[in-house]
Amino acid sequence: MRQKLARVLGGVAMLALVASTAACGGGGDDAAEGDSCGYKIAFFGALTGSSAALGINENNGVKLAVEQYNKENADCKVELVSLDSQGSPDQAPQLAQQAIDDEKILGVVGPAFSGESEAANPLFAEAGLVHITASATRPSLAEQGWKTFFRVVGNDLSQGPAAGIYIRDVLKADRVFVIDDQSAYGAGLADEVKKVLGSAVVGTDKIQGEGKQADFSATVTKVKNANVKAIFFGGYYQEAGLLRKQLTAAGVTAVMVGGDGVNDPAFIESAGQAAAEGTVITCACAPATEARGTFVEDYKALHGVEPGTYSDTAYDAATILLSGIKQGVKTREAMLEYVRNYNGQGVAANYRFTENGEMDPAEVRVWAYKVKDGKVVPDQEIPKA
Amino acid sequence: MDINGLFSNFGELTTTGLTQGAIYALVALGYTLVYGVLRLINFAHSEVFITGAFFAVWTWQFVWGLNQDSTAGGLVAVAYLVSAMLVAAVASAVVASAVEVVAYRPLRKRNAPPLAFLITAIGASIVLSEAYAILTRRRPTGMPTLVSTEPLFHIGGVPISAADLLIVSAALVMMIVLDIFINRSRIGRGIRAVAQDANTAALMGINKDRIILLVFLTGGLMAGIAGVLFNVRIGVLTYSVGFLMGIKAFTAAVLGGIGNLRGALLGGLLLGVTENYASGLFGTNWKDFTAFAVLVVLLMFRPTGLLGESLRGVRA
Amino acid sequence: MTALVARIRAGREAIGVRWRQAPRWTRWTVIAAIIAFFYALPNKEFYQYLGPIPTTGSNFGQVLFTISIYVLLAVGLNIVVGYAGLLDLGYFGFFAVGAYTVAVLTSPASDLKTQWPWLMALPVALVVAMISGVLLGMPTLRLRGDYLAIVTLGFAEMIRLAATSSEFLKGQRGFNQIPHPPGRYADGRPVFGVLDPRPYYWLVLTLIILVLIAVRNLSNSRVGRAWVAIREDEDAAQLMGVPTFKFKLWAFAAGAVIGGLAGALFAGKQNFVNSQNFELLNSIIILAAVIFGGSGNLVGAIVGGGLVAYLIERFRGVELFGWELYEFRFMFFGAVLIIMMIFRPQGLIPNRRRAAEFADRRREVTVGQ
Repeated sequence: MRQKLARVLGGVAMLALVASTAACGGGGDDAAEGDSCGYKIAFFGALTGSSAALGINENNGVKLAVEQYNKENADCKVELVSLDSQGSPDQAPQLAQQAIDDEKILGVVGPAFSGESEAANPLFAEAGLVHITASATRPSLAEQGWKTFFRVVGNDLSQGPAAGIYIRDVLKADRVFVIDDQSAYGAGLADEVKKVLGSAVVGTDKIQGEGKQADFSATVTKVKNANVKAIFFGGYYQEAGLLRKQLTAAGVTAVMVGGDGVNDPAFIESAGQAAAEGTVITCACAPATEARGTFVEDYKALHGVEPGTYSDTAYDAATILLSGIKQGVKTREAMLEYVRNYNGQGVAANYRFTENGEMDPAEVRVWAYKVKDGKVVPDQEIPKA
Repeated sequence: MDINGLFSNFGELTTTGLTQGAIYALVALGYTLVYGVLRLINFAHSEVFITGAFFAVWTWQFVWGLNQDSTAGGLVAVAYLVSAMLVAAVASAVVASAVEVVAYRPLRKRNAPPLAFLITAIGASIVLSEAYAILTRRRPTGMPTLVSTEPLFHIGGVPISAADLLIVSAALVMMIVLDIFINRSRIGRGIRAVAQDANTAALMGINKDRIILLVFLTGGLMAGIAGVLFNVRIGVLTYSVGFLMGIKAFTAAVLGGIGNLRGALLGGLLLGVTENYASGLFGTNWKDFTAFAVLVVLLMFRPTGLLGESLRGVRA
Repeated sequence: MTALVARIRAGREAIGVRWRQAPRWTRWTVIAAIIAFFYALPNKEFYQYLGPIPTTGSNFGQVLFTISIYVLLAVGLNIVVGYAGLLDLGYFGFFAVGAYTVAVLTSPASDLKTQWPWLMALPVALVVAMISGVLLGMPTLRLRGDYLAIVTLGFAEMIRLAATSSEFLKGQRGFNQIPHPPGRYADGRPVFGVLDPRPYYWLVLTLIILVLIAVRNLSNSRVGRAWVAIREDEDAAQLMGVPTFKFKLWAFAAGAVIGGLAGALFAGKQNFVNSQNFELLNSIIILAAVIFGGSGNLVGAIVGGGLVAYLIERFRGVELFGWELYEFRFMFFGAVLIIMMIFRPQGLIPNRRRAAEFADRRREVTVGQ
């Protein structure tokens, strides 16, 4: 008897509320009338937590772009909203919604990582909010039909093969050991490298990423006994640093080649300068220090440090959005149109987007960087084939 | 299954496994001591271990001004190591005692059910681990190279380095010292008495709380030294390695027989080697899975482990 | 100070007494009002008047969904930990089983290529979760206390590691484009869209109410009484003829189904499932929620689950002395566990029986302790 009453009451309450909210017309209708100012762009990425280094770089790049814009357009400034996702896909939808709810936000730079992109992009796409990522390189992101998705870097399909080409043609290594950390990013790169190198790969191993494993003695043993000339590691800087240190301690001097996930000062700090010397890091980005114009000086002036990985691409992504606002874009639909048809020059590359939101393939350049004297310096651009 | 991966590397997988296992053994001693006396799984012991490791690094960084690029050898290196071990052992012992006084003792006074102890232990473990995470901003810390990893000599083609020797011998020495302490000294007798029957021991005039504190302290000392050895072996320290080390050390303790000191050593060495063989066979990504699998199978089918219990003597 | 504490306690007891003595219809009206409040909560027009309560760092509607999932999980874990007294440190594994089952059956990225609609995958997910609960329970429930806890932790980690390393479960690459629950409005728009979290929240809320009714019935039945007996003294229960093993398995299975349900709902909204979702820390947070709220007590579990999830999100964007409070959230909950266990092990909203149990134990303190 009691259950019945409870169910009836609960049902009535629910019906009443559903009815009332249906009458209110569902959520999310933004009638963005415009005063023509007070617009915002958002940055979406990890600003705290272990993956923060890349996020901070990008946020800084975006800040620089916004500062410069505001200086030139002091009567109509643009505000930057930074959303800290900590790199986690779990919190991404809430943050994405936060950006969507703020009607003044006309575009997003980010999400910075591929995992959180998978979770957040459907929301952006549904809301029609443009999002340009400066660092999420998973190829499948472009294939999910998100009209609002744009990328200003090459994806892993360009970085992986390039790394393989570098190992084959520049290092001329005929015996290679490939290690990956099972992450979508690391395993993706490793698979592409294996394809390019074919039979030169004499051994492979997988490790646990995300700071879960510290003792890689088994891997080190295998690498040592495989007697290789080069090692490719698909993964992030934490494990890369541990691996490199333990490899060197075991007497393995073969060059380690890694993807852009390894590019973090903590890699050199953990492995130690001596061990890290000579490590090669690829990136589907030209060196930030080779950026055109006065980008490097301006960045240094504002932030006090040299621009880091992806700060230039983030700067460009922000610039695209800002130039749209300058051209009089006032709504999200207009911004989407604008970016779709964009064709212009940035400090890192020239941008024109394909149907899927990818960069024009002709513009994608993969560079190899080397660790020298405790710093990551550009080595050379990797030829396409 | 990469059978070749296992056999062609067998020798080295064994030696590195033994070295790794020695570190597990040292930490396992802490688990086994506390369990033998209190019937409590001290979840927070993993963070006691990490405390030792961090304090060792910080000693090197702030007292001696070393960083990840420094190297040292000979007597200077010995001085660095010994100083780090002292600091680490003391720091770990202090943290272990603090956990006992702040978290466990109040519960004992209230006669809380065993579940409560476990939950508190988890809480303590999280608090400590997060503290280190925040202090280090969740980023790794590099170590100076103090012990040479060059092969000193070879056994059957397998290189053995000074680092390997140091770690294994340290574990052996610590275990022997602890064994003598527990079995030959007066305080050791007190510990065994409390392990066998706490209330009777109290009635016999033994200060239970003090003995328990001592047990935690001893376990902490061992863990602190293990922390230094871990640094020597791995070379990089991140806040997150405590949890996994704790689980593996606990597995080692159960494997050898929880409450059994020699069992902790045996269990540790066995686990280290087994993990490495599994890595050779299946890939290093299955290494932790192996440790958990060993733990689960053990607890289900032979919770008394290989050597059974020893701290209590004959089971009532 | 003690006078104040005594007055608070007296006040609380008075409320408790008034509640129990009030006529049926007043109690039901109050409950109905509370339920109506929670249904109304995610509407912006409503919660903007609630002052500091709505979260500022992220969208409140989405946060409410997360909170509701946590509440569901807390209710489920409450059966295992609170009613039957079995410490399960791997409870989040059942959530993972539910989510992955849905993912494998519905996602176009899955190897199975079955691509079922979400509603079809839901019952399968529940059944698989229940089976996994039974499978986990059968070999482990013979163990007592501490060992059970560690074994469940071991199993949970093994599942996570297997998910990361297994090709079939796609590790970190995960499953994307998981379909949403079905339903369309009159104008053709899907009810369970991407942007609006409210239908999901209402769905979970309704399910929570249904689950609560079911659990309430269960705990007032033979099964529930057996659980209390097992929790208080398993040996005595066995001597009295209670088939303890069977009922412990029941507890596991019931908890597993609820966990699986939460996982399936999460997958239906989140649209993307990978091994990063299933960290051990989540199990511990749910445990903290149940302990905090009061284990063995439905209302306690709800309050605990809701509070914990809410606090985590409320911390976001809040700064104290230049530190982001959000960084400290796990530390805070660890401290909560310690403090609660020492000072108020029966939780915020104690089950009277549990509180009595703890008081009895305190009185049993013997010499030398």
